[in-house]
Amino acid sequence: MEIKITLPLTDEILHKLKMGDKVLLSGTIYTARDAAHKRFLEDNKNEVKLPFNPKNQIIYYVGPSPTKPGDVIGSSGPTTSYRMDSFACEFMQMGLKGMIGKGPRNSEVKECIKKFGAVYFVAIGGAAVVISESIVKSEIIAYEDLQSEAVRKLEVKDFPCYVAIDTEGNDIFDR
Amino acid sequence: MREIDVKIVKEAVKRLFLKANFYLDNKVKDKIKESLKKERSQLAKDILRTILKNAELAKNKMKPICQDTGSALVFMEIGQDIHFTNGFVKDAVNDGMREAYFEGYLRKSIVQDPVFERKNTMDNSPAIIYEKIVPGDKLKIIVAPKGGGAENMGEVRMLKPADGLEGVKQFILERIKKSSGNPCPPIIVGVGIGGNFDYSAYLSKIALLRPIDEFNENPKWAKFEKEMLIEINKLDVGPQGLGGKTTALKVAVETYPCHIASLPVAINLQCHAHRHAEEII
Repeated sequence: MEIKITLPLTDEILHKLKMGDKVLLSGTIYTARDAAHKRFLEDNKNEVKLPFNPKNQIIYYVGPSPTKPGDVIGSSGPTTSYRMDSFACEFMQMGLKGMIGKGPRNSEVKECIKKFGAVYFVAIGGAAVVISESIVKSEIIAYEDLQSEAVRKLEVKDFPCYVAIDTEGNDIFDR
Repeated sequence: MREIDVKIVKEAVKRLFLKANFYLDNKVKDKIKESLKKERSQLAKDILRTILKNAELAKNKMKPICQDTGSALVFMEIGQDIHFTNGFVKDAVNDGMREAYFEGYLRKSIVQDPVFERKNTMDNSPAIIYEKIVPGDKLKIIVAPKGGGAENMGEVRMLKPADGLEGVKQFILERIKKSSGNPCPPIIVGVGIGGNFDYSAYLSKIALLRPIDEFNENPKWAKFEKEMLIEINKLDVGPQGLGGKTTALKVAVETYPCHIASLPVAINLQCHAHRHAEEII
């Protein structure tokens, strides 16, 4: 069954989501990969203005290919999530409620997901064109020098992904 | 002796990188369709169908199959009777690659220093070029954009000769289980056995270039490839690591003689966006 969700995520929505559910997200999400995560947390430590407030938001781990003229965005599939494991808990402490990537997370991230009532979604790695079709607006809002790794604000309509780790810590990769 | 202007090489490399990034190999599509019939999990089926839909969209919209358009790998089999003219052939390869990555709106994913600044080279250079001298006067160029997610799951192990075939088998199964969804399964598994530490890694990469419907020429290794594919698909890693019968589409083994004290084994994984294209000049 497909569950349509209008963002931002609320506790009510989050607790209804169960491992293995297919969801279609609509609303605002933000992008960040390794380099942007690192810089974001450094900025936070140094009390520099942050690209966005993570409270109740979702971060999509993606570095899109360059945008062709006339397109909203280039191919935009997920990157591997474990590279962001060492940053994820700090973001959840700041209120982040969702992450979208691919592949399993470590036990520390899983604990934080449970503790903070967040959800880890996976999108299909390599389905980059299909996913880009669900992105209706894209804007670089910070760290432009990081190019494909810059922080983007995306408006999505029926962005396809699956619940991999739910708020109770049930993990689809535990098999 | 045959003269080849390096401009011809440049143009070929450019054409090949564009082709490899936009069009999914028909043989891979057929394998995925075949797997779709065997899958029972709705989630796995949904993923495989989406991968096929993605290939169609990429082709029609001329957008890269995957946003990670990879490190630019170029394999050149150079006939020993060839003389390259009008410049250095490796510069021509890099120029052709750069043009493809700019004109095709492909992602530039290479950083200059691997540890310190990690500053993007901005043009996806340098390509990683493998050259092999062969008899004759023909030039074969194979390009393979290789994504980071699958490449990161590779491993080399120096087994003991006593570990034998069972040791090789256990290593492969362990590596694939641990890799889970990270290399974007369904994957193609390249295995290099023998040579030495680094040559086994080279063999594992070369193995990925073999057409997906061909097996090792040695019947013993061909049998091993078929058996390993069955074993791997019993692991229940499945598409994207979310469970199912389709973990790998292909296992390809390449071997080379090795030292009496050694049994080097390397595993290189390739995601389902199995991108490669070739031309003979």
